Amino acid sequence: MATLELRNVNKTYGSGLPDTLKDIQLKIAEGEFLILVGPSGCGKSTLMNCIAGLENISGGAILVDDADISQMSPKDRDIAMVFQSYALYPTMTVRQNIEFGLKIRKVPKAQIDQEVERVAKLLQIEHLLARKPGQLSGGQQQRVAMGRALARRPKIYLFDEPLSNLDAKLRVEMRTEMKLMHQRLKTTTVYVTHDQIEAMTLGDKVAVMKDGIIQQFGTPKEIYSEPANLFVASFIGSPPMNFIPVKPAGGRGRWHVPLATDLGQLSLPLAAGDADLDQRELILGLRPEQLALAAEGDSAVLQARVEVTEPTGPDTLIFVTINGTKVCCRLAPDLAPAVGEMLKLSFDAGKALLFDAKTGERLARESKTPAEGSAGNVAQFRGR
Amino acid sequence: MTSAVLKPGLTPSRVLIYAVLILACLMYLVPLVVMLLTSFKTPEDINSGNLLTLPHVFSTLGWVKAWATVRGYFWNSVAITVPAVLISTAVGALNGYVLSMWRFRGSQLFFGLLLFGCFLPFQAVLLPASFTLGKMGLANTTAGLVVVHVVYGLAFTTLFFRNFYVSVPEALVKAARLDGAGFFTIFGRVLLPMSVPTIMVCVIWQFTQIWNDFLFGVVFASGDAQPITVALNNLVNTTTGVKEYNVDMAAAMIAGLPTLLVYVLAGKYFLRGLTAGAVKG
Repeated sequence: MATLELRNVNKTYGSGLPDTLKDIQLKIAEGEFLILVGPSGCGKSTLMNCIAGLENISGGAILVDDADISQMSPKDRDIAMVFQSYALYPTMTVRQNIEFGLKIRKVPKAQIDQEVERVAKLLQIEHLLARKPGQLSGGQQQRVAMGRALARRPKIYLFDEPLSNLDAKLRVEMRTEMKLMHQRLKTTTVYVTHDQIEAMTLGDKVAVMKDGIIQQFGTPKEIYSEPANLFVASFIGSPPMNFIPVKPAGGRGRWHVPLATDLGQLSLPLAAGDADLDQRELILGLRPEQLALAAEGDSAVLQARVEVTEPTGPDTLIFVTINGTKVCCRLAPDLAPAVGEMLKLSFDAGKALLFDAKTGERLARESKTPAEGSAGNVAQFRGR
Repeated sequence: MTSAVLKPGLTPSRVLIYAVLILACLMYLVPLVVMLLTSFKTPEDINSGNLLTLPHVFSTLGWVKAWATVRGYFWNSVAITVPAVLISTAVGALNGYVLSMWRFRGSQLFFGLLLFGCFLPFQAVLLPASFTLGKMGLANTTAGLVVVHVVYGLAFTTLFFRNFYVSVPEALVKAARLDGAGFFTIFGRVLLPMSVPTIMVCVIWQFTQIWNDFLFGVVFASGDAQPITVALNNLVNTTTGVKEYNVDMAAAMIAGLPTLLVYVLAGKYFLRGLTAGAVKG
């Protein structure tokens, strides 16, 4: 196992064209699980291909165990990859697929057999070894693809959207299995996905990417509760964070924002400290679970009319309109009011986030900046 | 749908369709039947009866004589066709591999120019080819004919393989590269085993083209180095002596049998290979 560090990695497909990757900077420790997540076209797969050596980088360095590998050919990097399409060799049996990399590296026959046996047992594909990939189901092919990567015991594993070709149920099963396997093997892993649930559940570290730039790099918890900007806040979380346009009033140290529905209004105090917010267009970010039914004696209460309810089973989503914007609240099903009813909402002002409407960057909280808050795991983000 | 196919019923329209089909079939088969019948007749038999009567005496004399005449040229054709087919298929496969999986700057243009070869008429290349062969010291040799056929066939074989490999997911090559395989290992161990239908298409196509070629044979070979198509023409067009139609027909059959054999042995791959690129994602 190994550490992986990317230093100012750049990638461009020729002058004049926009950069595909811009100053990618991140570092993961031995055995950590890194998730690269972002919408399609954000450069996450390109970045993975660069780590694998399938594409050359235009600048910067890729370090494995502190040694620069960016000039090495893919076969010398000791990296294994699982592809979205699995890319199993169709004319070879499952056993030959798993053996292929070992045979080319001239590993002794006895050791190859031992490795195939170990991997097959680990992935429970012993009974499939004599079959061809065409005779396997999607889930089985996925296992074989993982087996091929595991057999070589490389320094780093790369996964390129490995679960996206599976049906929904199998995807959830395999997700749990991948997590289990990583806990057992403790392999340094880079995992590309566009699925924010995979990103949250699997990763030790998550890098959210957009337009070839890392928007934020941190633990899943940091990404969720302290998103660096509007993009990260909207991309992570389902249902997504509510964004309510607000104009702060008051003054230094006692800022508050007016929230209004057609039934009432509320002046929500902000924990924005003595930042100068006068006349600035801001966006208030609230997760659906940060809006709750008001209890007796709550001070910050806003009345609203229920417009739509969406019972999902464990929760019921309620939609109301605040400041002209649809806002979603996640409530327990037995507490949820019916459509047309009036409800009283209370706000957790301490958890509410503020974003600059123009730049999309999050405003620092009163007491601490995101960098200090994340205790050493530097949240890397840049303006867009 | 299926039930309609399972219960055809001999409706009048169906009878008409079959009648037309059988008629068309017969029309195509008549020349072959005439050739076969004539080749087994004696010359007297041929002069007395009409084309479609069965031979009075079943004689293999025509075949024996024809084989004795064209045997040398038959092996010439084999010596030209077999290496030319193998070399052009092998190089075409390699070309297709590079043009689809290892694209370089200008590779699309290169491929486009190569495709021109498919549309060049034979006549247009006769003089330049003859000049080149002369400079290479290969004029009037079997090796020279092999070179000409390989060069001319490359446009087609490259097209076949390139179009097949374009349909193969690039991830396969990437996976093999990460597994440590080099340029030729990927080609030989991963891609070639998948290419059997395309190889068959190439072999059939090239074999038919080269074996049946007359123009290159008559221009670039002379005397004992001529292929069987040229020899057959010389045999049939002789003006001296009595016309031995049984020998002519037998010789023509001998000249045509190898291509027929190739179709029978590898024909099932032909259609599969031609459609392979279309259906496989």
